[in-house]
Amino acid sequence: MTPIRERATLDAAAATLPRPEGELDKLEAAWKLPRGWRILSAVNNTVVGQFYIATAFLFFIFAGILGLLIRLQLAVPGNDFLPQETYNQIFTMHGTVMMFLFAVPAVEAAGVLLLPQMLGARDLPFPRLGAFAFWAYLIGGTVFFCTLFFGTAPSGGWFMYPPLTGAQFSPGVGADWWLLGIGFIEISAIAGAIEIIVGVLRTRAPGMTLARMPIFAWSMLIFAFMIVFAFPAVILATILLELERAFDWPFFIAARGGDPLLWQHLFWFFGHPEVYIIFLPAAGMVSMIVPAMTGVPLVGYRLIVVALIAVGFFSFGLWVHHMFTTGIPTRSLGFFSAASMAVAIPSGIQVFAWIATIATGRLRATVPALFVIGFLLIFTLGGLTGVMVALVPFDRQAHDSYFVIAHLHYVLFGGMVFPLLAAITYWAPAFSRRPLSERLGRWAFGLIFAGFNIAFLPMHLTGLLGMPRRVYTYPAERGWDWLNMVSTLGSFILAAGILVFVFNIVRHFRPSGSKPAGDIWGAGSLEWLPNHTYGLRSVPRIDSREPLWEQPGLAREVDAGAHYLPGTATGTRETIVTSPIEGEPEYVMRLSGPGWAHVVAAAGTAGFFLLLTVKLVVPAALCAVAAIVAMVVWMWDCDPPSAGEVDIGGGLRLPTYASGPNSHGWWAVAILAMVAGALYLSFIFSYLYLWVVSPTQWPGGAALPPLASTMLPVAALLASGAALFAAARLLRRERLPRIGLAALLALGALLAAAAVGLDLWAQWQAGVRPQANGYGALVYGHGVLQVQIVSAVVAVGLFAAARSLAGRLTAARRAVFDNLALLWAYALAQMLFGLALTHGFPRLVAEGLPS
Amino acid sequence: MRRLLPLLLALPLTACEGSQSALSPHGDEASRVALLSWILFAGAAAIFALVVGALLLAWRGPERARAALAQERAIRLGGLVFPVVTLTLLLGYGVWQMRDAGAGEQQPELRIDLVGEQWWWRVAYHAPDGRAVADANQIRIPVGREVEIRLSSADVIHSFWVPSLGGKTDMIPGRTNRQRLRAERPGIYAGQCAEYCGGPHALMSFEVVAMPPAEFDTWLAGRAQPREAPATEEQRRGQEAFMAAGCGSCHAIDGTAATGTIGPDLSRFGERRLLAAGALRNGPAEVARFIADTQGPKPGNLMPSFRNLDDAERAAIATYLTGLK
Repeated sequence: MTPIRERATLDAAAATLPRPEGELDKLEAAWKLPRGWRILSAVNNTVVGQFYIATAFLFFIFAGILGLLIRLQLAVPGNDFLPQETYNQIFTMHGTVMMFLFAVPAVEAAGVLLLPQMLGARDLPFPRLGAFAFWAYLIGGTVFFCTLFFGTAPSGGWFMYPPLTGAQFSPGVGADWWLLGIGFIEISAIAGAIEIIVGVLRTRAPGMTLARMPIFAWSMLIFAFMIVFAFPAVILATILLELERAFDWPFFIAARGGDPLLWQHLFWFFGHPEVYIIFLPAAGMVSMIVPAMTGVPLVGYRLIVVALIAVGFFSFGLWVHHMFTTGIPTRSLGFFSAASMAVAIPSGIQVFAWIATIATGRLRATVPALFVIGFLLIFTLGGLTGVMVALVPFDRQAHDSYFVIAHLHYVLFGGMVFPLLAAITYWAPAFSRRPLSERLGRWAFGLIFAGFNIAFLPMHLTGLLGMPRRVYTYPAERGWDWLNMVSTLGSFILAAGILVFVFNIVRHFRPSGSKPAGDIWGAGSLEWLPNHTYGLRSVPRIDSREPLWEQPGLAREVDAGAHYLPGTATGTRETIVTSPIEGEPEYVMRLSGPGWAHVVAAAGTAGFFLLLTVKLVVPAALCAVAAIVAMVVWMWDCDPPSAGEVDIGGGLRLPTYASGPNSHGWWAVAILAMVAGALYLSFIFSYLYLWVVSPTQWPGGAALPPLASTMLPVAALLASGAALFAAARLLRRERLPRIGLAALLALGALLAAAAVGLDLWAQWQAGVRPQANGYGALVYGHGVLQVQIVSAVVAVGLFAAARSLAGRLTAARRAVFDNLALLWAYALAQMLFGLALTHGFPRLVAEGLPS
Repeated sequence: MRRLLPLLLALPLTACEGSQSALSPHGDEASRVALLSWILFAGAAAIFALVVGALLLAWRGPERARAALAQERAIRLGGLVFPVVTLTLLLGYGVWQMRDAGAGEQQPELRIDLVGEQWWWRVAYHAPDGRAVADANQIRIPVGREVEIRLSSADVIHSFWVPSLGGKTDMIPGRTNRQRLRAERPGIYAGQCAEYCGGPHALMSFEVVAMPPAEFDTWLAGRAQPREAPATEEQRRGQEAFMAAGCGSCHAIDGTAATGTIGPDLSRFGERRLLAAGALRNGPAEVARFIADTQGPKPGNLMPSFRNLDDAERAAIATYLTGLK
């Protein structure tokens, strides 16, 4: 075989060559893709990733067609092309679908597709969870979109401000579609985010420290953490609004102690980070493409990482800039105005870092490079108008006008769609037998760039001339007609460009698991190594940011099997789990293969939410049962017993089992607890917010449940904790009493559930009613959150109990228990805090108030 | 766009009656913001040129320029120092501008209550003698005096926006927001609901009529006087038909038996240039047609069509209403 270079730090000859016969066959067999239509049961990240991104792109085209309909309607004043209600549904769906069904899924899909290859992993850590998220999104999104054809789509605008979207002013089912459909898709986005975080932090190639990680992985990591903290706010908002619509709990009804502005705070606390959630991965893509097209490493790598983190932080501090006109006192607006401007700085750093990289090398004017240049120009303009609307006096004119429409399209289309089109063109050869056509790509770029600017540049002026957004018609005498006509013409040029781009894909993209065109650009990152259904043949040790540039011959070595894990050590799918910061190998993780359970679970979950929307309760319940059964089937085999230590080459022997804080599953549960915590924090914010707005509805001592009523719930929670503790002790025993352990787990979980029930009963007994006022709604809304978390504990607790009975939970095979214990401990803490909040806070403020 | 703007400006500047443009300011706040806008546009154009220039130099420029741009120092300078300095200056200017944008400290010279309704504007003046004067979809203000508009909503969120006079302020159920306006010269300034409020949100307009102060005072005092009986026979018949058809259960006309408060007050209907909150021009023929078919010109509005009335009755009602001043 080929001589292998000797390097002190590089464990190049991890595995001896030549590799034994049959090793490759076994690897291929373990990773074999299901054939024919059964491909739908596949979980490989490359397959699911391609489905995922294709679906997202399809929604982009559908929502784009809605955009064209909008433009047709507005082409001339007083147009009657679309009826009013249809138009209102169309603009609502255009925004909603673009944001929730295209932008976030598209970047998440890019992560699923690219990250394992880029990080040197064989797959993401939870392949079935990723596939579940995709199927849930596909089914939910398709049904949601189709409501348009039945005239029952939501029509409240994509930010769904109540009271317009409350039961009184939107009695139809449209708003429910939005709340349940989008709420459900957000949950799928969170599932994807958890997978991405664990994937980036725990499944990198050996030696790939955080400082050597590709910028795209950095951006996806921050993206995923932002989802974890931002999405719960809007999920809470949708829960509260749906409770208000369905059961008349007045969270947002001002006359009954609610406040419409609460929705705006919750929505924009999600909505503003959302913009950066979409933009960061796109910026990460640009940071990968620019070095590849210039042939030199990214200049200012560290500055860019700091900039990405800074964007993540800042973006949570400026949601109020969407609310400058709501009458919030000017003093506090100054802070948000400053924060809104500050967020421009990290973007400036990135722009100049890309320019510095271009200055260092020689930028080749390929199609991806053209889209990047287009992005730079358009996004810079969008950033500049962003600084304008960050100024309160200017925003008071620009807000809710076409100026803002122009601004947001410059930022989002320029900042996300251009990089995405660059990325599709750039990475296509990594997955397709042949690259996309440069000639068609140039045409597409030219049309899209010209069309975009012709469509959206005039809108800045249209807005300042007084045209508000979301109007289905306008009078001729305002002087808006010719501007609108120009915008409409531009939008069709843009659409023609997208059509050429799609044609290019259809004509040239040929998916290939084993023989992609490969590294046609001469790029430096790992995804350009020879890729197969199983990812890399062997996983190299990494000691630089551009391994392909620094380690010539790497591709050949990797494919010959000269590095770590050149085959399958346990006969199943597996990947190396490494330490989060230094990237040192810790254990070999076994991955799930194809299956149908997660598909059924996704269909069942989607069916439950969607059927509930149209109030078909029985079929909805059946779907829920199907989903739960499917999940149990799916999870039952997810914790295989240890296969002992295995040799992954280079004298490195790794365990095949991990549990507790070291394991990937525990990390996922820890992140899930962060999601729950963020949801709960959003609730605390809502509780305190409504108290600040109308404190008089908080009852004094007499109207509260007596303090003694908390004794029973507290006792139940403590007993539940004790059961957990006892179970942990029991689990250490050599001879495990299976039935005893199962009983403890089941009993403990049910005790926690009983605590929630007892407390709600006490509130009811004291005469607190959710319909009565904002306070009552909050008390029971709080109950809903507690039921939610305790249901999870009960479900997993019973699952663990069943595993104990089946002998699948032992001292050595205890990952399920450790994960449960983490969730359980979090839930107990949240419930104890909840008792203190709902019983303590009213007493605290009652004492402070003159009675 | 920045280069085109001055050219395009010729257009908005020519529109004087019914102007709805932030770029042709006729009020205090609008003038300040228009100036700020031009500063921002000029600055943005300069920065955009700078970025494009840097990009071109980095790509195809002379070696020395490329070497300079390739440094991390260039990133710090262009991406950190420069924005921090310019943004800080800009923020200072913005905050300084904000100081008098909101409700001022001193008492306003005039208060007008404005309630957003799906999909029209309820207006209430307070006459010097303390009596309330109701109107709808048209606001009269005296030129040169500071007017405080108290904004609230009867149903969903609306937003008050008269671009030629100032920025917008939302009208939110459960809250009362305030916005001050001062018109610099007499004229008619168009406004429109800026927060999507469902259905015919696009057809929720109004006009601000800025009058010389003396004229305004006379007008307001006159509105508080008892109303005279209809002058012509046609108007009298119109009034009868109006009352007989039950219009008074939703609409009020002061001095008559019509005291409804669900729909717009019609006491000064004849003074309005627009009908149905801007969906139509106001005039006897349009009013008669609108009564027969309210949903055609303004789909979704809450007034039913009165097809049971005959043409003559509708014409008489229209004559009566457009004669109300």
